[in-house]
Amino acid sequence: MRGGEFGPLRQWAIEHQIKVGTYLGAIDFVPVTQAHIMADTESLGRAGVEWLEHWTVLPLAQRRVRIPTITDPRGTDFAHAQKLKQQTWMLELERRAIAAFEALGVLMTDTCINYQTIMPPVRGEHVAYGDTGVVIFCNSVCGARSNFEGGPSALSAGLTGRTPRYGYHLDAQRHATFVVELSSTPRELSDWGVLGGLVGRLAGDYSQVPALVGIDRVPGTDELKHFGAALASFGSVALFHIAGVTPEAVRFADVIAEGSALPTHAIGEADLRAFQARYASDIGAVDLVVFSAPQLSLMEMRTLAGLLDGRNADIPLFAVTSPQVKPDCDRLGLTARIEAAGGTVLSGMCFYQSYAREMAEANDWHRLATNSAKLVNIIGGYGYRPVLLSMAQCVEAACAGGKLVARTPS
Amino acid sequence: MSGEIFYAAAGIGRKVRATALVASDGFSARYDLDRVRGVFSRPEHKLAGQSYLGRVLVLDAAKGGVATAWMLHEMKARGVMPAALVLNRANPIMAQGAALADFTMLSGFDCDITKAIRDGAEVEVVPGGERPFIRMV
Repeated sequence: MRGGEFGPLRQWAIEHQIKVGTYLGAIDFVPVTQAHIMADTESLGRAGVEWLEHWTVLPLAQRRVRIPTITDPRGTDFAHAQKLKQQTWMLELERRAIAAFEALGVLMTDTCINYQTIMPPVRGEHVAYGDTGVVIFCNSVCGARSNFEGGPSALSAGLTGRTPRYGYHLDAQRHATFVVELSSTPRELSDWGVLGGLVGRLAGDYSQVPALVGIDRVPGTDELKHFGAALASFGSVALFHIAGVTPEAVRFADVIAEGSALPTHAIGEADLRAFQARYASDIGAVDLVVFSAPQLSLMEMRTLAGLLDGRNADIPLFAVTSPQVKPDCDRLGLTARIEAAGGTVLSGMCFYQSYAREMAEANDWHRLATNSAKLVNIIGGYGYRPVLLSMAQCVEAACAGGKLVARTPS
Repeated sequence: MSGEIFYAAAGIGRKVRATALVASDGFSARYDLDRVRGVFSRPEHKLAGQSYLGRVLVLDAAKGGVATAWMLHEMKARGVMPAALVLNRANPIMAQGAALADFTMLSGFDCDITKAIRDGAEVEVVPGGERPFIRMV
């Protein structure tokens, strides 16, 4: 590949991987079975789309990915772009990006919950995933092995079928680096996100691996989804262990390096509430409610539909799910129930990846309520004032014209 | 401390010389920046409201998601770009973004580099060679 025998795209890909691997101390490559590319056009920009397009003129054999390669959410749901007041140029750029990826053989799955809907990896499987929430869930809950692979690197992995062996592909990097003792197990999904945020702030960087003890039950998939997404977002963390729950920590001692004495932090109910209260505690109403980041599972959509039955949202309420879940929501009547209450079900996008700043300006949106700790961590940079509530509290706010009637406890 | 050399564990990109913008805070292109105006936009960031154009950003740790891997390339194409990024602790995304964009980055120091480099100092960043380094000039 370095010599160009497989074409200039694969030559670029392997050279890119060598640069990255050299920087990060990789000793060699490891074969990977799947790649997952984050590539919304707000991130790509025109330059990124043009860069992708210039490869599409290559012969088929030179431009097609070698392993199953899928995509993270896109920057729009074309069916609802007008309602979101997204501009024509945004949609055109999305169409061009989609066409380019399809020409490279990429499957446009447009999801950040592929571990719930597409093909979850198995323990020990080496993969090259983008989206930090995907990586941390698959590393921690599935026991797979991936680093954060940004779009160019995930595409490279798809093209070469390998990735530099550093970080979480290595046994030595997967030991816990600190312990968190919980005296209160979260109940709401938003609280799992809060816990992720708290642990992420303790972690501070990519090399840190928290190990949690004290959880009084086995968490569900959606709970660990929100926990992991927030932990990765606040802390740039790619792996966690939960004693007796996650596969590498079934025996807690297995994730503790021999002879190490790890720092230990305690987290309780008061810490959860204090963290939640940091977000816009001084505002009395919101302009919109967003359920997104990560995309909602079928079970979350079912819960939301139940909360909205017989109600009416007086402000915009968006429920964002994946193109794999959406048809089931349609078939099972969940979409109709949510939309009968004034909500909108969006598919294949993620709110913060969809020109959030421009949507805010076009719609005069400033204050946003969500149950996603990851979203509150990100959306402030786009000019919003976010409030973190439980799903039920978000629905109450939406049905009260945006007025925040019950803030804490969730 | 003018002239003192601070060696990094890893470097990528080209040699640059520019004014340092320093803070003990993290970095993520998506989370922290208004990439149209070229300023730090996250209200909680210690550099909120400040322009990063043409500056050597000296910060603590890489934060946030994977978008920076594309965004550095996009920012460079529009010329709304810092001169270099110098971090105590990088993550793979920063390295991947720097590799795509041919952007200058250093990370991994024996000291806290955000304490060692004075905000506003003219600095030279040399990512190549056996021992990448930054120094105030």
